[in-house]
Amino acid sequence: MLEINQVSKLFNPGTPDEKIALNHINVNLRPGDFITLIGSNGAGKSTLMNIISGVMKPDAGDVMIDGKIISHLPEYQRSRWIGRVFQDPMAGTAPHMTIEENLAMAFARGKRRGLKMSIKASRRQMFRESLERLGIGLENRLRAKVGLLSGGERQALSLLMATFTQPDILLLDEHTAALDPARAELITRLTESIVREMKLTTLMVTHNMEQAIRLGNRLIMMDKGQIILDIDEQRKKSLTVEELLGEFARISGHKLSDDRMVLA
Amino acid sequence: MLSSVLGAIELGFLYALMALGVYITFRILDFPDLTVDGSFATGGGIAAVMISNGYNPLLASIVAFAGGIAAGACTGLLHTKGKINGLLSGILMMIALYSINMRIMRGKPNIAMISVDTVFTSINPWIVLPIFIIIVLLLMNWFLHTDLGLALRATGDNDRMIRSLGANTDTTKIIGISLANGLVALAGALIAQQSGFADINMGIGMIVIGLASVIIGEAIFGARNVIHATIAVVLGAIVYRIVVALALRVPWLDASDLKIITAVIVIVALVFPTVSRSIKQKKLAKKRTAELTGVLSKGAAGGDLHA
Repeated sequence: MLEINQVSKLFNPGTPDEKIALNHINVNLRPGDFITLIGSNGAGKSTLMNIISGVMKPDAGDVMIDGKIISHLPEYQRSRWIGRVFQDPMAGTAPHMTIEENLAMAFARGKRRGLKMSIKASRRQMFRESLERLGIGLENRLRAKVGLLSGGERQALSLLMATFTQPDILLLDEHTAALDPARAELITRLTESIVREMKLTTLMVTHNMEQAIRLGNRLIMMDKGQIILDIDEQRKKSLTVEELLGEFARISGHKLSDDRMVLA
Repeated sequence: MLSSVLGAIELGFLYALMALGVYITFRILDFPDLTVDGSFATGGGIAAVMISNGYNPLLASIVAFAGGIAAGACTGLLHTKGKINGLLSGILMMIALYSINMRIMRGKPNIAMISVDTVFTSINPWIVLPIFIIIVLLLMNWFLHTDLGLALRATGDNDRMIRSLGANTDTTKIIGISLANGLVALAGALIAQQSGFADINMGIGMIVIGLASVIIGEAIFGARNVIHATIAVVLGAIVYRIVVALALRVPWLDASDLKIITAVIVIVALVFPTVSRSIKQKKLAKKRTAELTGVLSKGAAGGDLHA
C-alpha cells in the first residue's frame, strides 16, 4: 500500500545546525495496517509524516503508493490518497467557515474543484448523517462557524474530514496530544471505530505508550532518524509499557526521552 | 446639499466594485494587495483610450475588466511562484503599472472623453446602477459558494488545511487576486466614464479608500457571513462617499485633506477593535477569576466545617 524506500532527509545542509532527520528509512504499510509510531524528541516521526504527505520532499529515496512513486508530487496532489489529522485542533479546519462548508471541502478531496455549488440538499443530508456518527451533536449545528467549536469538537470534525472520502492512507500526527484526557479518549475511540469500519491503512504518531500498545496491529519505534524496532501484532498483544521502554533503552543505548511522554 | 449626497450615492455604487475587489484580497485571501492603486488607473486608461477612439463603451469596460485580471494575475504569480512577499509583489506591480498605464494612454497623463458616448450616456443611473451592483453581488456570492470559491476562502482562512485537502493554494490565490483586480479595473473604467476623463494618477490611495469602505461597511452593517459581508462592503462604499461629500462642504477643510481623513478612518477602524477586545478580555478574565476563586474558597470553607 504505502512503501517508504531508503528515504533520507537532511535539515539545514551546510550550516552548523546540519542534522540528519531521517537516515535511510524503510517502511512498508500493508493494506489495512494500523501502525502506531513512537520515539524520542527529534527521532524523525514528524519528518516522516511530512515526507509521506508531501509537505517535505526527501533528499534521497522514494515514497510509493500502490507501486507508484509519488515523491515528486506536491502535497495537494497527494491528498487524493492521503488524509491527515494534525496535532493542533486548529490546523485541520477553517475557523471562519461553517461546519457544512468545511465538510464540503473535505468531500471535494481528490476531485477537480469547479464551479458547482458546494452544498446541495443531498450533500447536506449526507453531512448530517456522517456528523451523527461522531455522537457529539454537531449534526444540529451545520451552519455554525467552526471557530465556535471547542478543541475536542474541532478535532473530531478534522478526523471526519480526513477520512470522509476513504483515503488509502490515514496519517494521525499526535492528534490527541493537545486535548484534555476525556476529549483525547473520545477522539481515540472515534479513531478506532472509523479506522476499523473503513478499513483504513493508518500511521499514527503518539506519545501515549499505553495507547501505542493498545491500538493498531503494529508498533514502530524510531530513534535518531532510524527505525529501531518493528513489533508485530502477535508480540504487541503481550507487550507492557515497561517492556517497551526497556527494549528502547537496550537497542538505542539511552532512555526514551520524550518530554510529553504519557506512560498510561 | 441633497444633490451632493445623491451624487455621492451614485459614485458610491461605482466605488463599491473597487471595494468588493479589496474585500476579496484583504478579507477573503488575507492578502493586502497594493496592485489596486495601479489597476484602477489601468481600467480607467483602457476605457478612456478605447472610447475616445470610437469603440463601444461596453466593450471598453469589459476589456478594462480583463486588463485588471491580467494585472492581478501578475501580482499573484510574483507572490506565489516568485515567492516574493505579498506587500512587495503588490508594490512592484503598482510601480510597473504606472509605466504600462502611461503606454496604454499613449503617453498622455490625462484623456478626456468629450462628445463621445459612454455607458452612462443613455441610461438612468438610479435604475441601472443598483441592478448592476445586485447582479455583481449575486455572481460573487454564487462563486464564493462553489467548490472553487470555498477553496479560495479557505486559502485565506487556513491554507495548510485546504492544501491537505487537495487544493492548489497558489492557483486559488492567483484566481482571487486576478478577480479582485478585475473588479477594481472595472470600477476605474466606469468612474472614468462617469467623470468624463481618465488620469494617470486616478488610482493613488485607492487601496486605502477600498479598505475604508470594507471596514466602515463591516463596522456599521456587520459581517456574519459572506453574503452579509459583501452587502456591507457595498453599503460601506456608499457611506464613505457620503462622508467625503459632507466633509468637502466643511469650510475649513480642503479637498486635499481627504486622504488624511481616509487614513484616520482606517487607522481608527483597525486599532479600535483590537483595543476594545483586549479591554474586554481583561475585564472578563478578572471577573471570571474572582468568580472561580470565590467559589473555590467558599468550597474550601465548607469542607473545613465538615471536617
